[in-house]
Amino acid sequence: MAKVLLEMKSITKTFPGVKALDNVNLKVEEGEIHALVGENGAGKSTLMNVLSGIYPIGTYEGDIVYDGEVCEFHNIKDSEKKGIVIIHQELALVPYLTIGENMFLGNEQGSKWCIDWNKTYAEADHYLNMVGLTDSSKTLIKDIGTGKQQLVEIAKALAKNAKLLILDEPTSSLNETDSRALLDLMKKLQREENMTMIIISHKLNEVSYVADKITVVRDGSTIETLDAKKDDISETRIIKGMVGREITDRFPKRHDVEIGDVMMEVKNWTVYHPEFSERKVCDDVSINVRQGEVVGIYGLMGAGRTELAMSIFGRSYGIGISGTLKLRGKEVVLRSPKKAIEAGLAYVTEDRKGNGLVLTNSIKTNTTLANLGAVSKATFIDKDREYQVAEEYVAKLRTKTPSVEQLVGNLSGGNQQKVLLAKWMFADPDVLILDEPTRGIDVGAKYEIYCIINDLAKAGKSVIMISSELPEVIGMSDRIYIMNQAKIVGEMPASQATQENIMSCIVGVSGESSSSESVGSEG
Amino acid sequence: MEGNSVVKFLRKYMMLIAMVIVMIAFSFITNGKTLLPMNITNLISQNAYVYVLGTGMLLCILTGGNIDLSVGSVVCLAGGVGAIIMDKNIPWPIAVVAMLVMGLLVGLWHGFWIAYVKVPPFIATLVGMLAFRGLANIIMQGYAYGIDNKGFLDVFGGGATCYVPDFLAKVGPDLEFGGYTLNKTCMIFAVLAAVGYVIFTFYNRTRLIAKGYKVDSLAAVIIKSVLIFAVIIWFGYKLACYNGIPTVLLWIALVLGIFAYITTKTTLGRNLYAVGGNEKATRLSGIDTRKVMFSAYTLMGVLSGFAGILNIARLAGSTPTYGVGYEMDAIAACFIGGASAYGGTGSVGGVIIGATLCGIINQGMIIADTPVNYQKVVKGLVLIIAVLFDVIMQMRRKGAKKKTEAANAEKGGAKA
Repeated sequence: MAKVLLEMKSITKTFPGVKALDNVNLKVEEGEIHALVGENGAGKSTLMNVLSGIYPIGTYEGDIVYDGEVCEFHNIKDSEKKGIVIIHQELALVPYLTIGENMFLGNEQGSKWCIDWNKTYAEADHYLNMVGLTDSSKTLIKDIGTGKQQLVEIAKALAKNAKLLILDEPTSSLNETDSRALLDLMKKLQREENMTMIIISHKLNEVSYVADKITVVRDGSTIETLDAKKDDISETRIIKGMVGREITDRFPKRHDVEIGDVMMEVKNWTVYHPEFSERKVCDDVSINVRQGEVVGIYGLMGAGRTELAMSIFGRSYGIGISGTLKLRGKEVVLRSPKKAIEAGLAYVTEDRKGNGLVLTNSIKTNTTLANLGAVSKATFIDKDREYQVAEEYVAKLRTKTPSVEQLVGNLSGGNQQKVLLAKWMFADPDVLILDEPTRGIDVGAKYEIYCIINDLAKAGKSVIMISSELPEVIGMSDRIYIMNQAKIVGEMPASQATQENIMSCIVGVSGESSSSESVGSEG
Repeated sequence: MEGNSVVKFLRKYMMLIAMVIVMIAFSFITNGKTLLPMNITNLISQNAYVYVLGTGMLLCILTGGNIDLSVGSVVCLAGGVGAIIMDKNIPWPIAVVAMLVMGLLVGLWHGFWIAYVKVPPFIATLVGMLAFRGLANIIMQGYAYGIDNKGFLDVFGGGATCYVPDFLAKVGPDLEFGGYTLNKTCMIFAVLAAVGYVIFTFYNRTRLIAKGYKVDSLAAVIIKSVLIFAVIIWFGYKLACYNGIPTVLLWIALVLGIFAYITTKTTLGRNLYAVGGNEKATRLSGIDTRKVMFSAYTLMGVLSGFAGILNIARLAGSTPTYGVGYEMDAIAACFIGGASAYGGTGSVGGVIIGATLCGIINQGMIIADTPVNYQKVVKGLVLIIAVLFDVIMQMRRKGAKKKTEAANAEKGGAKA
């Protein structure tokens, strides 16, 4: 029986008026990979912030027993001294510094007055080797992809003599190949270095793949700890713990919709990367969508899906675009998002904070932004009308907010997504392109978004749904395109789609080059 | 959540409260001299350019914290053009149009480089700051021009005719109060404005209630109305004690009114806020963000031209050194008035407060005989305090946000 490395005993963390953590217990044994799962806002991050000293001793109740002794962390430095290192979801690397410089940032090698660069780079290479990265430590961070950057973060943590590594959503920005590589690295570190790790993740398939134990957090309490050796750790089982009920239908029933004529048709669409003008991000792509139809485009991140969607949407991405675009059988040329909206297209971005919403503005102004003309006469905004519209969509999409004047930046991810959808629904398009509409939102909100998509199809809209979650694509679409390495590599009706034959479409072409290192799905 | 509402209140009215405190403090230091009718009047006419330029600067800052460094030079250039035209005995309306066109051209020039060629605004307007100052020197050949065109000075308030004449002076008996003979036009105007404000407030409130919108509580509205009513009457009384309404006040009010309307009620205004908040999202919402940037700098140019008009009218002449440092006053007014240095937030109301606060501090220090060099230090410190306050409030807000997140966590799965 391995010894217990970390024990968090009845941790209670109270924010004024609210208990964020209520009597939480967590036990992690040395050398195990322990997963922490739970819906957004369940208290996972708060718990890890307590552990790493971001919330210092005295601001919470309970004990942290680490390596046999009760610890009092006043800040992150204290916890790092003990070997507890946290890797945050958002990468904290400086793009214009080298890998080596980044790894020892704040922990510079050499004497107090002089940095020993030889030592720095030698050490850096040593740790890079450990995480299986072959790039030189003198490479600039901006020149390597996100997958490798994540590895650098881990190497950086190792360089701090980490004994307990906390990874907060490490794969959220990685494609499937890189994710798998990262998970395998975790297993290797466990095997070879006897490293103890805590992983927080929303991707339950990864959790079941990598974890020895899974602790489910709900409403600020630990609900249960599942042991991979003894218990069932299938996704369904974990979800049951997370939401407190078994979700038998993860996807709502489709309405019986009569599928009409072809609404939009894209033929021989080729797009080049805006910076590396040699590189094709879409290569001879032809797709179509009919009225009332939900068409799924499945592909891994970097397959060219976002690039395809944005280049169709008023050429908002890419250069050297060629091919034809037909709407209701008529060929159109859309040179700007404005023209695209006028022609009846809408693109709901995957990057809602970066490309979708104005976080400093209210729900009301975000809702009408893409169609201000509809609530104004000439250039003058009819504020009453605008208010009514916003209220109407908040009610329709069941957005949870005290009022429509609430700033969008203050909403949770799921509600932000609803505001984004409201904005595009109010623009009243014929064709909606939804790019990863359920990314980063929890199970309950996902279900609601699926219902909205079905309602849109019922109302006669054509929906293109881009997703990298296979079950979602299969569960929601009428027809599925599979995209890989800038090409459409398969098309099938949903009735014939299974995880196996979709994956085989992808494997069929990607054999020759598996190094699809982050094509950079630029926003 | 009571603490939260106090923070909210402070955040909203902090600069206003600061303004009142500073005003009272200076009136003590100077034995009440700063509150003399003459000084209140001067506060308006001396700072007219700050209100006008601050309004234009607000538009630029809204688009993403972009500033316009050239406005001082443009004020000088436009003023120079006007002075030369009037010097040649050409009718003054032509000079006024020429000055506005000059400002417009400068605005178009900046707008073109910034919006369409993507030259960083700091650089583009730094170029303007140097080039237009030089151009002003070239056309004036280094000379100062005096202006004695009566029509021009009457309309824009310069020389001896800075004030709106008292049309009602002969009507009824003299109005005396507190040892002053009051300017009746001004007093009646103030009463009308105050009553009008209150009527409008309550009319609007009933209208909103009828439509079922959320409104502030009645008590809050009454307190606010009483305060604003009192301030308008007090201000009008002070002006009436001296020479009445400064002409320039009408022009300031016009500019502020138009731009308050543009920023809050029109699509252009909405787009300015959106671009500053998230440029990419705005572009993908089908809005031509280049056009928005272009409009902001064009309007800034026109307003610089207009400030040039007010400037030469007040000083009854033009020299090649006018307008030095004006850009900094305008920028300071915006930031003190709560505009965010990252764009996306700010208001014309904030500019009014920022410009007035700057003016009060300036004037107070002059009356209190503070040495000039110390005045600059104080002005600098005031700016950092104002911005510091904003930063601290933002941090608290983030703290509050974390609390709400935790509150949602408590509710568990409800947060979706």
